[in-house]
Amino acid sequence: MLVAILSRLGRLVFVMFGISVVVFLIFFATPGSDPAARIAGRNASPETLAQVRQSFGLDQPLPVQYAVMMKRLFVTQDLTSFVNRGQKVVPAVIKAIPVTLSLVLGAAVLWVIGGLIVGVAAAATRGGWTDRGLMALSLVGVSMPVFWVGEVMNLLSQSRLHHTFLFSWVPPLGYKPLLTDPAGWFKALVIPWVTLAILYIGLYGRILRADLIETMQEDFVRTARAKGLPESRILLRHGVRSSLIAFVTMFGLDFGALIGGGALLTEVVFGLRGVGKLTYDALQTLDLPVILTTVLYASFFVVAANALVDALYAVIDPRVRRAG
Amino acid sequence: MTDRILDPSALPAAAPLPDPALGGAKEASFGPWATAWRRLRRDRGAMVALAILCLVALACAAAPLYASAVSGTNPFATNLNGEVTIDGTAQPVLAPSTTGLGLGVTPIGPTWALGPYMLGADNQGRDVAARMLYGGRNSLLIAGAATVLTLVFAVAIGLLCGFFGGIVDGVLNRVLDVLWAFPIYLLAISLSIVLIAEGLTIGPIDIRAGSLWLPIAIIGVVYVPYVARPIRGQTLSLMRSEFIAAAIALGVPPWRIFVKDLLPNIMPRVIVLVPILLALNMITESSLSFLSIGVQPPDASWGTIIQDGQGLLYSRPIVALAPGLAVALTVLCLNILGDGVRDAFDPRAKVRIA
Repeated sequence: MLVAILSRLGRLVFVMFGISVVVFLIFFATPGSDPAARIAGRNASPETLAQVRQSFGLDQPLPVQYAVMMKRLFVTQDLTSFVNRGQKVVPAVIKAIPVTLSLVLGAAVLWVIGGLIVGVAAAATRGGWTDRGLMALSLVGVSMPVFWVGEVMNLLSQSRLHHTFLFSWVPPLGYKPLLTDPAGWFKALVIPWVTLAILYIGLYGRILRADLIETMQEDFVRTARAKGLPESRILLRHGVRSSLIAFVTMFGLDFGALIGGGALLTEVVFGLRGVGKLTYDALQTLDLPVILTTVLYASFFVVAANALVDALYAVIDPRVRRAG
Repeated sequence: MTDRILDPSALPAAAPLPDPALGGAKEASFGPWATAWRRLRRDRGAMVALAILCLVALACAAAPLYASAVSGTNPFATNLNGEVTIDGTAQPVLAPSTTGLGLGVTPIGPTWALGPYMLGADNQGRDVAARMLYGGRNSLLIAGAATVLTLVFAVAIGLLCGFFGGIVDGVLNRVLDVLWAFPIYLLAISLSIVLIAEGLTIGPIDIRAGSLWLPIAIIGVVYVPYVARPIRGQTLSLMRSEFIAAAIALGVPPWRIFVKDLLPNIMPRVIVLVPILLALNMITESSLSFLSIGVQPPDASWGTIIQDGQGLLYSRPIVALAPGLAVALTVLCLNILGDGVRDAFDPRAKVRIA
């Protein structure tokens, strides 16, 4: 058990190190342009360029540059933006995290419940009209770009149907903090939650249905049928339970990926100033220090989330514990 | 799939798979490829999807024809002060805005008739319908080329890892591990922001800034780990099979084992991935272009047109709606085709890439 934990931790550290090296190489060693000019932003003065070269150690060998960058990102956290003069980057990112978390957590609740309902209902009515309808809807949901769904939602709820009873409660775009204005927080996020969840409800519903149908042909299900259990109980107790592991793995990966940048498009469309929107704004102004920071912090978060899922695995499935 | 059904009443036949008892004898004279193709052809949904995809591709290929013969507009030149005659009356392409503060302009709305500005104009007075066709060309091209790129790299890496094992596998697999853990959009954003402004020059490869090859290369690279990993796994299990051991014992050279033994055996899995990768790449391309780090102006893609339409969302929603519908329709058809291809070639495959 201890060896297993240590080897997992070792892999975690290796992957994080690998990602930081990849990011560093992309930003500082891509052939063809001067990293100082990229960091300093557009139309930087020669003095700024010289200052950037000096403070990032760009005249020194690559390993030193790597060490300097890591130190400024994680130890001293004094990386500053050159586009928004003097803005400290790391605190700005940390301040944006609650927005992203609120968005993804709410959407996750929706898509887990929605995915379970769609998957179980479709598997229970396999071949019938409910099944076909649900699967067709899921396929459509999986096929729409999320930022476009967001725009359609905005068009309906902010403009075309805003005066009707359906959407008259929808506040203008933007985020309200949960602690000071819980009702505003909820109202502002309902539409973004639904938008973000649609894709995953479709995805999880489809996968759960396929998994359930496969499970329902297993021997233990035949045994359950033979001892006279009602079909609904077999489906919910035996079927869903054995599909749960795949479900949890997928959920962990998707949740991590969304926090680490996947929710960017939704944040942009709904004007939620989370980590994704911060990255997007930095993209528009080519503010490299901000992008560097969000990319590294978010990737680390994703890696940590994946490791947590691995650990959860061991809790759900005793076989994993024994295999180590 | 069908051989383990024990309770027929609980499982009405919904799978498009042919009944093995009937179809087996009839299809025995065909090879596995012909069998799969016959199965696919019998899948009506997949065939309809394929037909729609062909129509979309044809329409996009005919973009220059549309611009010159039907609409008579230049989809790449701004047209701020132009006028266009509709129903006998001359109308400005961009009218001063009447709502809000009266600032800005409202472009001409859709005419819904073949001719100039069938879907209206964007905020620079460009014909949206013509731009949609040109943009579709780029979207399809990028999705297709990126898919080829991903598959070539992924198959090569997967085969190399599985075949040689040892250090080659160790190193490549570690690299895949890192890239796999790297969130796709963040990797794409990092690559784009560095490359988009200045292009890339490595040895003989010289990609200029604004070239379509940049999004192709970026999208092609980010999905490689997701495809290479399952192929590596399959190659590893193939390497343990007897016919490979026999080939090695006979002294067959590695390249021949690659081409004659391994490649045909992983091909079904690869083919199943093609429509899904295409769909995924369409979405990724439109997302990157929407974030302005994909296709660069003056070129268009469905993603950039949605972005153009964002500012006009409440006044001229068609500019953002139409290209989004085009993406959704194309991706939907690709997903339906993907389901059909999976059922035909590799029904047990569990495919979810990202």
